[in-house]
Amino acid sequence: MDIDIVELSRLQFATTALYHFLFVPLTLGLSVIVAIMETVYVMTGRPIWRQMTKFWGMLFGINFALGVATGITMEFQFGMNWSYYSHYVGDIFGAPLAIEGLMAFFLEATFVGLFFFGWDKLSRVGHLVVAWLVAIGSNFSALWILIANGWMQNPVGAEFNPVTMRMEMTSFFDVMFNQVAQAKFVHTVSAGYVTASVFVLGVSAWYLLHGRHTELARRSIAVAASFGLAGALSVVVLGDESGYDAGENQKMKLAAIEAMWHTEPAPASFTLIGLPNQEERETKYAIHIPYVMGLIGTRSLDTPIQGIAELEAENAGRIRSGIIAYDALMTIRAEGPDTPEDVRATFEQHSDDLGYAFLLKRYIEDPRQASEAQIAQAAEDTVPHVWPIFWAFRIMVGLGFSFIAVMAYFFFMASFRGMRFPRWALRLAVIVIPAPWIAAEMGWIVAEYGRQPWTVDGILPTALSVSHLSVGTVAVTLAGFVLLYSALFVVEMSLMIKYIRKGPYQDVAETEAWTERRRQHRKIASDLNISPAE
Amino acid sequence: MILHDLIAFDTLRVIWWVLLGVLLIGFAVTDGFDMGVGALLPFVAETDVERRIAINTVGPVWEGNQVWFILGGGAIFAAWPPLYAVSFSGFYLAMFLILVALILRPVAFKYRSKRDDMRWREAWDWALFVGGAVPALVFGVAVGNVLQGVPFRLTPDMLPIYEGSFFGLLNPFALSCGLTSLAMMVMHGGAWLGLKAEGPVAERARTYGMIAAVVVIALFALNGFWLTYLVERYSLVGPVVTDGPSNPLLSEVTRGGSWISAYADRPWALTAPVLGFVGAFFALLGLWGRREVVTLLASKLSILGMISTVGLTMFPFILPSSIDPRSSLTVWDSSSSHLTLFVMLGAAVIFVPIILAYTAWVYSVLWGKVTASDVAEGSHTLY
Ligand code: HDD
Ligand code: HEM
Ligand code: HEM
Repeated sequence: MDIDIVELSRLQFATTALYHFLFVPLTLGLSVIVAIMETVYVMTGRPIWRQMTKFWGMLFGINFALGVATGITMEFQFGMNWSYYSHYVGDIFGAPLAIEGLMAFFLEATFVGLFFFGWDKLSRVGHLVVAWLVAIGSNFSALWILIANGWMQNPVGAEFNPVTMRMEMTSFFDVMFNQVAQAKFVHTVSAGYVTASVFVLGVSAWYLLHGRHTELARRSIAVAASFGLAGALSVVVLGDESGYDAGENQKMKLAAIEAMWHTEPAPASFTLIGLPNQEERETKYAIHIPYVMGLIGTRSLDTPIQGIAELEAENAGRIRSGIIAYDALMTIRAEGPDTPEDVRATFEQHSDDLGYAFLLKRYIEDPRQASEAQIAQAAEDTVPHVWPIFWAFRIMVGLGFSFIAVMAYFFFMASFRGMRFPRWALRLAVIVIPAPWIAAEMGWIVAEYGRQPWTVDGILPTALSVSHLSVGTVAVTLAGFVLLYSALFVVEMSLMIKYIRKGPYQDVAETEAWTERRRQHRKIASDLNISPAE
Repeated sequence: MILHDLIAFDTLRVIWWVLLGVLLIGFAVTDGFDMGVGALLPFVAETDVERRIAINTVGPVWEGNQVWFILGGGAIFAAWPPLYAVSFSGFYLAMFLILVALILRPVAFKYRSKRDDMRWREAWDWALFVGGAVPALVFGVAVGNVLQGVPFRLTPDMLPIYEGSFFGLLNPFALSCGLTSLAMMVMHGGAWLGLKAEGPVAERARTYGMIAAVVVIALFALNGFWLTYLVERYSLVGPVVTDGPSNPLLSEVTRGGSWISAYADRPWALTAPVLGFVGAFFALLGLWGRREVVTLLASKLSILGMISTVGLTMFPFILPSSIDPRSSLTVWDSSSSHLTLFVMLGAAVIFVPIILAYTAWVYSVLWGKVTASDVAEGSHTLY
């Protein structure tokens, strides 16, 4: 196995996925915010809300285009760069991906056209329905892709078939209602809501600072702050849920997040910050908070959390058990239906550890020939690089709490202080615009890098998942994607900034007609000597 | 009894083989005209207003159409995992080309008219051209290679190993298939613009559409002869197990004879190529006689016929291997498991009718021609 290919393919997947996820969270959240704004418009009939819908809708569109463009790459990359993975788990993994297309992509993509082109062709309510369908479509897409991704973290509802040499589905229900997937869905979608709220808040604050479009900006802040506060609370509360799930299913990831080199007596303390050192297996300059980690990881005060060294020793045991499974598998494949019953039984007994034997394939063609040193090496490979995970997690969590603070502050000022925001607060709102993107990317690094060395946890090592390609080919496409994506990024940023500078397009005729109607209404009301209704 | 046993494994495999065809055809008849319009853009529209007319005929719908392609990828992954693994890693650089073209396309649609700068717009128009012409060509080239067999083999562990090169894909027969596919999309784009555009754009589109229809007929016939006399057929040897486990290495395959003998076994399958010709011919007539709706329908039928021809010629083969015929993927040995096929069929049965219903509704809302005054009035919302 060519390790360079593995590294290059990982780098390519990481680049394209992290890039895709620059656009995804804004789509997820802004689609909902726009639909909320349009709902207010349809209920009140005030043109300002229509203007808001159109303005934020326009920015949504600029972002959406790149979300779609970069998503296409993702859909085909599994086959291109991870062909053994595709063969090995396609029977399970492909299904949510295809259902995502059927249920979500068609919905959002079909109606997004009508959203932009249908203003004059649909009734008000008709158009509102379209806006909600776009929002629902994009949120469904998150659900299904995270079911797929959740399965890689916690592969339930599947078993290995020796004849086809792949995993096959045993229960679609288990795959769909995988608790890891559900927790991921809620956490990720809330992250999207926060992202879009921070974006709307920041851009509106910028308008207020410059005294432009203040009507639009104030109302937008009201929407963003309330939606964002709900989102920020849910991200943190449900992020904790992800941590709990990781504690149950991916003990090694949790230990890495915490840089817990050795099992601690319960309840474990939480290392607030520190410098994890992989070689010496200790965390320097650590500041601990007692009890907290035990609570996050196990929801109890008396269950210990396992440390990295202990998990590594456990994994060495699983590798040995995997070798037994591998040996039985080779017999089954050679003998076919004539396999003795006891060999089958041995396989059944050890098949859960088969993936661990595959870890050895990096060092030796036939895992049965592995030396003790190689087994120890493979067990050590199950320890991910701790410091990136440790820090990425802390950045995400720190930002998570700060979003609650920001959103709560603006919500309070908007609701109870008559929207009079001090200038420092407005400046702060502009400055934090990039923060949710940083938090989300860090989240993916925790989730995906922390899963290493596995592509599918405990089942298929990353090093085995790749396609049989040459280094040159992958290098060419990696460079191609980087160039193309960088260029597109510059283009999209320039357009975003241009359209934010330009501000909303004013529907003059409509605003005047509405003011006129309202004047008439007032006049009639005052003629009749009753107080005008809004 | 377990629910999925209600439908036999081999029946499900055939159903999914048909559904694979449905997806590819759905993609070609919907996104096909978007790509055709892209490929025609530099030729049918000269001024900016004309270009915007052409672009806005597909503006509101191309995005939904493109999902046929994405779903095609997802469905192959779910229903034919070995096909997904072998073809996309094998055609790696060709896939990369397609991806680049298809990445540029959404961005071009969305961003083109967002600046007044003419050089900006010109650049995106070329991106739309590339986004239309390149995938149309490459898809055809891929089909041409599949018919001849692709140089891959499977290791006993089922790792696909591709031994060809990118330039090996560009052999004469494959190129001829590529041009056929390009001409097919251009014909379809011409038919669409004839229906949805007006004035000089529609007129020029008619002319190019007619040329394309003639090219389609000629090349389709040429490919037919080529296939009959110069391309070897693959066949399964011995008793065929249709409901066995999905492991291609369990079956024996030979090479020899002509693909055309498939039609001796299944004479009814001849309707497919006939439909391909007749459809293109009627599209030609329709363009000539300005029967817009008929033209579009005829062009759709032609596409249906041509794509079905490929599938029916090869059945039960999906992806034959030229260097190790035993590794060839067929309908009987490269599907997902019984349960997965069943679950996916359930999903398709629920969602496909819903999708067709709302897509039809969207098209009906958007019915009517795109005119120069539409472009002038909607200049800040249209593409
Ligand atoms: C949590 C959400 C999420 C995640 C983890 C991903 N995506 Fe995504 N994707 C979306 C959420 C989303 C979206 C919100 O639905 C997008 C983003 C912007 C957009 O236009 O739709 C989208 C677009 C999008 C498209 C274009 C759809 C269209 O034409 O409408 C494809 C094909 C994919 N994605 C495929 C993938 C794959 C294969 C992923 C995994 C590796 C992936 N996405 C990760
Ligand atoms: C869009 C959000 C996502 C981001 C930002 C992301 C991030 C990453 C990163 C950083 C890696 C590289 C890890 C490494 O090799 O060290 C990776 C690998 C990978 N991810 Fe994700 N990921 C995302 C979504 C997904 C989803 C939804 C899936 C599956 C449905 C997925 C499947 C994979 C696979 C197959 C690999 C390659 C194998 C591996 O390195 O483990 N990713 N991803
Ligand atoms: C106190 C706050 C937070 C906690 C405790 C938390 C916890 C977690 C944990 C444990 C994971 C890893 C899940 C896994 O390994 O599968 C994760 C992933 C992730 N986080 Fe957070 N998080 C918090 C805040 C945030 C914020 C503010 C954002 C973005 C705005 C965010 C975005 C993400 C994303 C996108 C992922 C990857 C998807 C996933 O695995 O769910 N998180 N988070």
